[in-house]
Amino acid sequence: MKNNIYDNYCEITFDSKSENEGFARVVAASFCTGLDPTLEEISDIKTAVSEAVTNAIVHGYNNGPGEISMKCMILDGIFTVIVHDDGVGIDNIHRAMEPLFTTKPEMERSGMGFSFMEAFMDELKVESAKNKGTTITMKKRIGAQV
Amino acid sequence: MEREGEVFTSEEMERQRMDYIYMVSKGCLIISLNAELDHHLAEEMRHVIDGIIDKRGVYRIIIDFSKIDFMDSAGIGLIMGRYKKIRDYGDISIVGANESIQRILLISGLHKIVHIYENLNQAMNHQKGGHNEK
Ligand SMILES: Nc1ncnc2c1ncn2[C@@H]1O[C@H](COP(=O)(O)OP(=O)(O)O)[C@@H](O)[C@H]1O
Ligand SMILES: [Mg+2]
Repeated sequence: MKNNIYDNYCEITFDSKSENEGFARVVAASFCTGLDPTLEEISDIKTAVSEAVTNAIVHGYNNGPGEISMKCMILDGIFTVIVHDDGVGIDNIHRAMEPLFTTKPEMERSGMGFSFMEAFMDELKVESAKNKGTTITMKKRIGAQV
Repeated sequence: MEREGEVFTSEEMERQRMDYIYMVSKGCLIISLNAELDHHLAEEMRHVIDGIIDKRGVYRIIIDFSKIDFMDSAGIGLIMGRYKKIRDYGDISIVGANESIQRILLISGLHKIVHIYENLNQAMNHQKGGHNEK
């Protein structure tokens, strides 16, 4: 991907392991600091990224091996993060996004992941199909209040 | 090489253990969190907590968030799971949650089923008082 159309761009790929959840959050949060975010904005981004990456690990790859990529970009004060896995995919996206819906209740998933991504980011896009992996794109304007 | 590997492992274990500290006293389990409560930590904690509940007859759980500033939906799952386990005879209190953690509790509706206190002292005092109707 060309990075010169963004004010800033970063891309990382990491193993689908739960210890990388914290790593991904920190990368996304640090990447935004140039936009002078509030503590609340940082916390929103950390939560949203954590939910997307955890879903890739727990659902996409079923806690098995795999690779997750995260792209972060900034353009005109808007932070965009794209989390992608090549896992099992989602066959019914609409149902998956309903609050409290989970396919893994036995693992104590609360079914709140998508709700948090929606609540804490300005925009959420889910692209997925059965056995085609999942791509989550989220956007948030940083430092909106003047 | 081997020595380096060994050193890393022991540091890693130390860190793991320090992610949270717990204490049991008179049926009350107090868990003090030192690391961000995400899926990674929640997975480890739930087995430990359930072991303690079963072995030590715990009916009150107090989770202290005052040292951490992050929790995601995995924390909700962890708290819900323990709530389902002890709700018939016990309760769960959350103390020291910062604004963003409180927001997570609110959106998930968890604030309706757990007690929320500003600090550990308040939670302990309330419990001594005996009744905690909810
Ligand atoms: N990356 C993914 N790959 C496959 N399935 C997913 C992915 N992300 C989410 N899902 C599906 O969407 C459901 C809802 O996700 P979410 O709201 O985060 O709740 P939870 O993770 O607690 O189950 C999951 O239970 C799962 O079935
Ligand atoms: Mg989830």
